[in-house]
Amino acid sequence: MSTAIEFNNISKQYRLGLVSTRTLNHDLKRWWTVNVLRKEDPYLKIGEVNDRATKGESEYVWALRDISFKVEQGDVVGIIGRNGAGKSTLLKILSKVTGPTTGTIRARGRIGSLLEVGTGFHQEMTGRENIFLNGAILGMTKSEIARKLDEIVDFSGCERYIDTPVKRYSSGMSVRLGFAVAAFLDPEILVVDEVLAVGDAEFQKKAIGKMQDVSRSEGRTVLFVSHNMVSIQQLCHTGLLLKNGMIETSGPISDVVNIYLSNIKTVNDYNRHGNGAVKTTDFKTSATRVDVGHDIEVDFDIEAYQHVDILEAEIEIKDSNGQNLANISNTDAGTLIKPMEKGEKRHFHCLIKNINFAPGNYTANIWLGSPYATYDKVEDCIRFNVIQTEEFILRPIPYYSSYRVILQSEWDI
Amino acid sequence: MTESQEWTTVIQPKDKLWSVDFKELWGYRDLYTLFIKRNIITQYKQTILGTMWFVIQPILTVLMYMVVFGGIAGIATDGIPQPLFYLAGTCMWQYFSDCLSKTSNTFVTNSGLFGKVYFPRLIVPVANVTSNLLRFGIQLGLFVVVYIVYSIIGCPASMNWYALLFPVLVLMMAGLSLGFGILISSMTTKYRDLQILFTFILQLWMYATPIVYPLSLVKGKTAAGIDLYTVMHLNPVTPVLETFKYGVLGAGEFIGWGWLAYSFVFMVILLIFGVVIFNKTQKSFMDTV
Repeated sequence: MSTAIEFNNISKQYRLGLVSTRTLNHDLKRWWTVNVLRKEDPYLKIGEVNDRATKGESEYVWALRDISFKVEQGDVVGIIGRNGAGKSTLLKILSKVTGPTTGTIRARGRIGSLLEVGTGFHQEMTGRENIFLNGAILGMTKSEIARKLDEIVDFSGCERYIDTPVKRYSSGMSVRLGFAVAAFLDPEILVVDEVLAVGDAEFQKKAIGKMQDVSRSEGRTVLFVSHNMVSIQQLCHTGLLLKNGMIETSGPISDVVNIYLSNIKTVNDYNRHGNGAVKTTDFKTSATRVDVGHDIEVDFDIEAYQHVDILEAEIEIKDSNGQNLANISNTDAGTLIKPMEKGEKRHFHCLIKNINFAPGNYTANIWLGSPYATYDKVEDCIRFNVIQTEEFILRPIPYYSSYRVILQSEWDI
Repeated sequence: MTESQEWTTVIQPKDKLWSVDFKELWGYRDLYTLFIKRNIITQYKQTILGTMWFVIQPILTVLMYMVVFGGIAGIATDGIPQPLFYLAGTCMWQYFSDCLSKTSNTFVTNSGLFGKVYFPRLIVPVANVTSNLLRFGIQLGLFVVVYIVYSIIGCPASMNWYALLFPVLVLMMAGLSLGFGILISSMTTKYRDLQILFTFILQLWMYATPIVYPLSLVKGKTAAGIDLYTVMHLNPVTPVLETFKYGVLGAGEFIGWGWLAYSFVFMVILLIFGVVIFNKTQKSFMDTV
């Protein structure tokens, strides 16, 4: 199989805020540096990682940063990620709607894109006229559309209204018509943004069925963006997970979806309390499944909102009944935390060794505080599943669930 | 075959200066005709008088000129009856200014469409200029009717061989308005100031073109030591309009092949320049519009 699309270090920078004299100033400065001084664009260096929720310093953000990957011919790729991760920007660049800031994309074959249904529909024109206009906008020729007209009308289920202006249509009907036109596009590479979530349940089923047919037909390469994990797993073979404009992971679709689902919550989605002097801003665990007796790693970022002299970090592990099991502290490990200035950010890495808990589900809190106050406690943000293996448990039946720990032992009999 | 030759699409930040893909444009020729159809169908939907407005507008304009410029100001019309003289100028100018104002905000008015799907953006302004020909044709029909009426009752207007230049003149009007239009639309995507300034400039431009007065009126007149007669020739629209009025009405005198050629070359250079800037803009305008 050959490569159908090749992304090489694709980056896209956006400027935030309003167009004003400040932008004019930047534009003039950029023009001067690039065209007169023959140097690099000064604003390309100062972009920040695009995290929508945190307040940034720079006006410039990278919506995409150094995206490189290859898509095999005939592959159906699902692109997933949270809102603002860069999915649509990536598709827009591939569809040539906007250019990349740096990098190149090479592709074999005609690229057809469907970023929105019913693009270019004119309210005053009839359904039939709009089918032709929309089809031509998407890159079909008149004769091609005329040949498929009956099928399109039939698929849309709007036959009765086909000679009525689209402004008389219900919103669902115009969406159906728009999707029907797009469904009959046949380029070698098809790019589809979140458009399957349109119409009623019956039409959605029909739309996904049609997309399955499209992606199964010979040699067609399809790139999908969707937030619907069920339909994406039905349609795609390969997954690409984007986070803050960068590739988090890629691989078989089910693996990528699992990773996405376990990462989907942010630190703000959990119960938390404390005086807020220092807060956890992000965290990550190395795995959501761990074999009995093995290690787990926790990474978290913290930020001080006021000066603190004393800071301790703890990870509090509980079982599924809420019973406290272990309190893991940096102090116990002999790693003391230096005082933090206001606005200072730090990254902590904690390796929890030899998890000898009984098989089952566990949760943990991340606690930041001092002996006198709790700064921030994020409850149940870490979740992991301990799996029974023969390394420590040789009995052929499950370990008794009423016992919470496993202790290794040596016997002389 | 090397690896790089197999790629059919290459997307990168910057293209070559001249990157018009004529093969691609040809592939989208159906879209061009459909855009023209759309423009025509939707122009006067839900109005009672419909396309009658194409005729009413120039009639009202000419009446106004007759009162203000012919009546109050008493400006001569080269011995041609006022309605004919004004109508000839208005038809041509109206086509030019309609095309220009429509193409000059191509990016802003189509941002919704351009943001969602790629096709050669140049199709939109070219289709606009083409579909405006319908309106121009109807207005020209009005002119012909008035012309016939005047020839029956007898008037000094006389057509001559230069009238055969008419198709070339229309082409030049279309080319000039397209060139200026795409240039302005490219420059106004980010900073809209120019657009506001432009509506004002278009008004002034009309008065700098011999429409409500004959060019011969300006002969020998100076302003601040500058010979206005020569300066007015530099306006690329002037030779086109003057040739039209001379050929069709016999008004004034032929402006000369030199000035007509100047206008033509101006148009060609403007179009090339406009297309280059337009293509440069279409790549990034979505981020700034």
